[in-house]
Amino acid sequence: MQTEIKFAGFGGQGILLSAKLLAYAAMKQGFQVAWIPSYGPEMRGGTAYCTVVISDKLIGSPIIKSPTHLVAMNRPSLEKFDDTIKPGGIVFINASLIPVRSQRKDVVELVVPVNDIAIEAGSVRAANIVALAAFAAKSKLVDLDLLKKCVKEEFAAKAKIIPLNMDAFDRGVAAAQA
Amino acid sequence: MAKVLMKGNEAIGEAAIRAGCLNYFAYPITPQSEVAEYLSKRLPEVGGVFLQGESEVAVGYMLFGASGAGERVMTTSSSPGISLMSEAISYIAGAECPAVFVNIMRGGPGLGGILPSQGDYFQATKGGGHGDYHLLVLAPDGVQEAVEMTMQAFGLAEKYRNPVMVMGDGMIGQMMEPVEFPDDLKTEPTNKDDWASNGMSTRKSKKKNLVKSLFLDPAELNQHNLNLKAKYEQMKKEDVQYELYNADGDYQILIASYGTMSRVCRTAIDMLKAEGIEAAMFRPKTLFPFPEKQVHDAALKETCKCVISIEMSMGQMVEDVQRCVMGKKPVEFYGECGGEIPSPEKIMEIVKELIG
Repeated sequence: MQTEIKFAGFGGQGILLSAKLLAYAAMKQGFQVAWIPSYGPEMRGGTAYCTVVISDKLIGSPIIKSPTHLVAMNRPSLEKFDDTIKPGGIVFINASLIPVRSQRKDVVELVVPVNDIAIEAGSVRAANIVALAAFAAKSKLVDLDLLKKCVKEEFAAKAKIIPLNMDAFDRGVAAAQA
Repeated sequence: MAKVLMKGNEAIGEAAIRAGCLNYFAYPITPQSEVAEYLSKRLPEVGGVFLQGESEVAVGYMLFGASGAGERVMTTSSSPGISLMSEAISYIAGAECPAVFVNIMRGGPGLGGILPSQGDYFQATKGGGHGDYHLLVLAPDGVQEAVEMTMQAFGLAEKYRNPVMVMGDGMIGQMMEPVEFPDDLKTEPTNKDDWASNGMSTRKSKKKNLVKSLFLDPAELNQHNLNLKAKYEQMKKEDVQYELYNADGDYQILIASYGTMSRVCRTAIDMLKAEGIEAAMFRPKTLFPFPEKQVHDAALKETCKCVISIEMSMGQMVEDVQRCVMGKKPVEFYGECGGEIPSPEKIMEIVKELIG
């Protein structure tokens, strides 16, 4: 069983970090993982996206044209990748920045205003953690407690922002379950 | 040790330290700059030397100097940077010094692009610099193998007193995978007192060592080249590495591929198998010495109708495959380059077309 998750948004939204944290938690849980960036000649503020592959066997091709799920943090990302998601996959939409919805009838939409939730938690910069937590709660790909521990570990060197990110995480999980 | 999640470039840097390399000189270039970034922080922590040269040309000769003085040394670069280092690589091979070069390939020719490619196969295996020399070339297919091969490279370089190249590509450099650093891959540095310019006071022998690639006497130079050739023949006997995948059954086609490309082929082979089509893969892990007999024998399997080399290039390794198969089976080619990578679906389509 192999699952691929495309994370996409603006550069600076913390997309690559959210993806890394998911991969890290999955690794800790015993899965094979790969974190595959779509690097290119991008400028600051340009698009950023990457794919996380989680599998119970050795991961082959790092070229993923049709991922299982999408986490779209901005409108161009949704419009660009909506078509590519496998039927039955989750299309996560950051409703704070995306006024439109998926054009697909065969995917599961998860619509969460992550920027607004992050602002309520204390800082818009935690939007990526809200999104990660909400997506993880919906997709059930990894254990939520383990993932939360990984988030905490990631910010170990910046102890001051741990409470913010822990709060953002809980709010993300709650939003997905609402 | 528990597995850690690391970017290929950072893992290569850590692997060098774990292998006992405390000298790293480099000049930044995408898509391998994270190696330098990582080692600029890590090497001072372990008492090593990180030095950013003024150019790749200078870096190549810094490696020559350090290895000539008997030190373990590595650089990393990407395609255009390796071209600039090629003169020094020829000198290092000529002077029989061990050194490790990592090429995280990007698209070419010229400045090309920054995305993954396999366009430097000829450069790595057939020359690059001038003169009759070869590098021992290792080609990892992912982050774990990049770690293992980087660690092995130092021992191999010293075994042969010859530069070793680890050939990755932008995908391997940029992607993150779980890795371990196997302690048993660390080799003890060989004693270099009989050849290195490592300082008279540091060794018992009072023989004056001279590290050089200049031999003006034709007979002496001829003999020097014969000695080098004997090393390359020894590599072919002792250090060929390869993998065969799905090759136990009655396969109809043999896919030759290496590095990132081989992972895509592996997925395509699994997908073909699910449809009842048997394809096998031949993956050289050493590009030089090339696993000549192994690809020949795999191609000659009775049920195998043809061989196809699939590369992120316009057709380079295919020439070695053709050479080894010796016309006994048809050898086809498919490639994309510049950052385009053939997809598993495309490979399936090509295979189906070929075997009818």
